[in-house]
Amino acid sequence: MINSEHKTIIKNGLWDNNPALVQLLGLCPLLAVSNTFINGLALGLATTWVLAGSNASVSLVRNYIPKEIRIPIFVMMIASFVTNVGLIMNAFTYELYLTLGIFIPLIVTNCAIIGRAEAFASKNKFFPSLLDGVMQGLGFTAVLCTLGALREMIGQGTLFSGAEQLFGEWAIDLTISFYLTDSTFLFAILPPGAFVGLGILIAIKNGIDNKRAEQAKATKTSPIKNEEALGHE
Amino acid sequence: MSLISSPFAKKPTSVTELMLWVIFATLPGLFALVYFFGFGVIINLILACATALVTEALILKVRQRPVLPILFDGSALVTAWLLALALPPLLPWWMTVIGVAFAIVFAKHVYGGLGNNLFNPAMVGYVLLLISFPLEMTSWLPPAELAQNPVNFLDAVAYIFTGTSMAGEPMTATRLGVDGFTMATPLDHVKTELAQGYRLAEIEKDAVISGLSGSGWQWVNIGFLAGGLFLMFRKVIGWQIPAGVLLGMIIMSFVLFAGNSDHYLSPSFHLFAGATMLGAFFIATDPVTASTTPKGRWIFGLGIGVITVIIRTFGGYPDAIAFAVLLMNMTVPMLDYYTKPKVYGHKVKRQQGDTDAH
Repeated sequence: MINSEHKTIIKNGLWDNNPALVQLLGLCPLLAVSNTFINGLALGLATTWVLAGSNASVSLVRNYIPKEIRIPIFVMMIASFVTNVGLIMNAFTYELYLTLGIFIPLIVTNCAIIGRAEAFASKNKFFPSLLDGVMQGLGFTAVLCTLGALREMIGQGTLFSGAEQLFGEWAIDLTISFYLTDSTFLFAILPPGAFVGLGILIAIKNGIDNKRAEQAKATKTSPIKNEEALGHE
Repeated sequence: MSLISSPFAKKPTSVTELMLWVIFATLPGLFALVYFFGFGVIINLILACATALVTEALILKVRQRPVLPILFDGSALVTAWLLALALPPLLPWWMTVIGVAFAIVFAKHVYGGLGNNLFNPAMVGYVLLLISFPLEMTSWLPPAELAQNPVNFLDAVAYIFTGTSMAGEPMTATRLGVDGFTMATPLDHVKTELAQGYRLAEIEKDAVISGLSGSGWQWVNIGFLAGGLFLMFRKVIGWQIPAGVLLGMIIMSFVLFAGNSDHYLSPSFHLFAGATMLGAFFIATDPVTASTTPKGRWIFGLGIGVITVIIRTFGGYPDAIAFAVLLMNMTVPMLDYYTKPKVYGHKVKRQQGDTDAH
């Protein structure tokens, strides 16, 4: 069932065309909410839900939408999914809903979502669009979680703090404490830490890509070089 | 003296030589700091310099650059030195280490090393520490003449590395003044008292505010002023930036002071309080991050002076040299672009030349 086209979609969402690291879309919630791992995870999952839902529904009605007013229609569809996820979080994870606050309704303005609706879902069939939404969302979530974990560990010396807000009471034991201090490293928790952290993540990703490209080049060119060498002799 | 005939070849001043002059010129201010605030300053300096050298060596290795020549050009040392001079004397050791390492790695090498950095590394490190640890970074000691328990060398070491004195006492006792109250810096003190509704005339009776700008602090600033003037006469730094900073400060604080002298500090207080002289002569004049054209330097300096007074008066932090320097650093590419001196022999079109003369 999964063919090469689907594989490209998966790879694009998670790595090659990651919304946060490559497209640099949706940075506002990314930078504001990624102060702990759990906050990042919650917002990431909410965004994934909205992305998957909006991509799927946009692709279903893509042939009936007049081209001139497609953007307002996309936004309305996205907004209904955001309302949906907001109400769910309000009902089941109330404390987290309060912590994330304005950033849940603001998912509507996340340009990664309207970007995918416009660039992908409005031109593709149902299943690829759904897959693209899920994968882009997961890519976004992965970055949010990594950044959140990084900032949480450096900033307040814990990991998975507030897990009970997402998973219920039992998860209180999940919190890992690395060090205790009276003076937390505020820089990592405040927005500037998010900018520096995201910069580091992008640098690491580019570094890995460059290394891979070099390796690929080396393996490709070596036989040719040998042939040339032989030819010269 | 024997006569030497021409031609006279002049050896260009090396980076190392410049950096050494800068460090040498901070000595009067440093002596004042040590005299009034104890040996913590010296320990901070040693710690900061050691961190700077280690970090610089490591990052040069990672970036595959020649380690030894760049390591000993002194630029990393000057960054650490200036940062350490700005830090409170009994700051926990790991904060100093974090600040210096961040300054070297993120403010300098991420941008491509010495000469390519946009922001003043020392001030980036300082602001990082200030917004991360606001409490520790604003906990200065009372100046020696007002301190109830002046701190000795061993206690300073103990405070910095363990957080308590040799006898295991917490730092609160050391921070007490003669009147039994915890001491803040003059700028901090004025700010909190004003917020509580006191008038300046009342606040100025307090011991911390005695003299020109508070005991201790005026001498620290006079020390840095002397060192700065020395650098100026050695032609290590240009005169436009310090003049601009001080002038900007005088103008802005005079406007406020003339409007309501009971609520706004006088220009003379601003000039000799906090990090004014250190900032004007040593920090704002960093050749890499300051503007390079004569007119640009004036604007750069004036901007720092004005912004410093505004933030000191209306902002949340007691001192603002670091923020002002970083804010003006951002404008430097634009300043340099619009204040480029004309090349000799090229005519400028009249319409453009009208506004800024000759």
